[in-house]
Amino acid sequence: MGPFVPTFISDELSLVIALIIGIAFGYVLEQAGFSSSRRLAGLFYGYDFTVLRVFFTAAITAALGVIFLGYVGLLDRDSIYINPTFLWPAVVGGVIMGAGFILGGYCPGTSIVGAAIGKIDAMLFVLGGFIGVLIFGAMYPAIHTFYESSALGPLEVFDSLHLDQGIFVMGLIAIAIVAFVVTGKIESKVGGDSAPVNSFPIKFHVLAGAALLILGFFVSQLPNRTDKVLKRVSDSGYQATHAARAITTDELVFRLVTGNANLKIYDLRTPKEFSDFALPRSENMTIKDLFGRTAAAEFSKVHVKKVLVAQSDEEARIAVLAMQELGFQNVEYSKGGVSAVQQQYLGTSPVVLASSEQQAVTEYRYRASQKLRDLIKQEKSRGSGSKKAQKRVAGGC
Amino acid sequence: MKQTQYMNPYLAGFWLGIVLLVTIFITGRGLGASGAVKSVAVATTDVVAHQYASHQPFYQNYLGPGKEPPLKSWLVFEVLGVLIGGFISGLLSNRLKAMTESGPRVGPKVRWTFAVLGGILFGIGAQFARGCTSGAALSGMAVLSTAGFVTMLAIFGSGYAFAWFARRLWI
Repeated sequence: MGPFVPTFISDELSLVIALIIGIAFGYVLEQAGFSSSRRLAGLFYGYDFTVLRVFFTAAITAALGVIFLGYVGLLDRDSIYINPTFLWPAVVGGVIMGAGFILGGYCPGTSIVGAAIGKIDAMLFVLGGFIGVLIFGAMYPAIHTFYESSALGPLEVFDSLHLDQGIFVMGLIAIAIVAFVVTGKIESKVGGDSAPVNSFPIKFHVLAGAALLILGFFVSQLPNRTDKVLKRVSDSGYQATHAARAITTDELVFRLVTGNANLKIYDLRTPKEFSDFALPRSENMTIKDLFGRTAAAEFSKVHVKKVLVAQSDEEARIAVLAMQELGFQNVEYSKGGVSAVQQQYLGTSPVVLASSEQQAVTEYRYRASQKLRDLIKQEKSRGSGSKKAQKRVAGGC
Repeated sequence: MKQTQYMNPYLAGFWLGIVLLVTIFITGRGLGASGAVKSVAVATTDVVAHQYASHQPFYQNYLGPGKEPPLKSWLVFEVLGVLIGGFISGLLSNRLKAMTESGPRVGPKVRWTFAVLGGILFGIGAQFARGCTSGAALSGMAVLSTAGFVTMLAIFGSGYAFAWFARRLWI
């Protein structure tokens, strides 16, 4: 499951990959005509909308690809870098960059390709960028409070707009197509027959636009893999034909107190409940975390028994079914969950001695409870079992 | 030889999107450009004015103890690749030529001045926004980040707002 940096690919190899990706990036930018400042500036005067066409098409292609790869389970979307939103710095920075774009005729990426083919203005733009960084560095002590302000974290735009991801993406495609049509008309009015829009057959593009809309419609309707699997296993028809493996409270405690190393408990309750009381060798997670890459690595250990506990047996059962659906083995849920352990082993409920068999059970539970309390105490003092932070790729531009 | 035509913009956009998608798939993050300029600027300052750099908090963000040397960064290698890729494309399409491109009403000197000025503004703005058109706007949009869309709208909105004042430069 991607991404492969930093888990499978070392830092050094990643630099080689950077070079190769850069070559492809530079090649495409130059082929698109982004090495020409007049062409880039045309966007703002209506004589050449190439930038808009390339930029929008690229963003939509990549976004649909990310959604699709996430849906089929090839890309862990929780691990990819979502650039954090610092709202006002982003707006101010964008406005400054917009002014730089119209005065300088380039942006940093395009100036590099312009410089690569010998454009002197592009080389000077790169030099300007270099000076700009130094100026920012000198200003930094004065502006760094603003620079760090309105930090909203790695927000996703559809969440910010309170829209469904699919609806947002469909809207984006629709806006892009309208923009393509309208700007084409503007371009041909401003530039006449020599306008770039008239250099390619329009009929073909109408077909391509329609195909994109249809493709976008299907891809944007895809739920992510987590939702898909959860929906599937929550269905009562599915549950009638698929049994979730379960472990009794007694067996769970027995394994814990006898020190069976091949056991790991995943606690799906809230972090608050978890910090109030946690079983030994347990880790707090959400049901969505179970689909992430960190969990996948642990769940693929076949010899380790993975026991899920949750607020309700229903929730724990669904989680087990989902993990079985993903192909993981040796996953069970503990009937009664954490509260059953508390009641049967750690509670103060009166002991009822009805039969000798029950008496034996009670005695066993009493002895086990001593050990269990010790384990819980040990674990608590070690401070382990807290929720592991999902490892995200670090980014930066 | 006559220079060959540019690629169809939608096709170029598609390929750019694929390059971006592959990048996200392999590395978990998008493309960038201004970050490399920053790394070079920081590294140069460290060599030329080590004393200054070691007292400035901005430089210490990148040079402090435990930090990788700024030039050994992903984006620096990626941008080296962009230079190579751009050169190959120019070579194949017969566009390699030392020249200055400017609007019909301005000469090269005016164009050069404004190119430097535009670069300076981009250098400053990209620090505020934590990325430029590639790193913040395009790559951000690909992963549907709010920052990506905000930065994109701010860049292009501002470009249109200032276009009237800069019209002498281009038309």
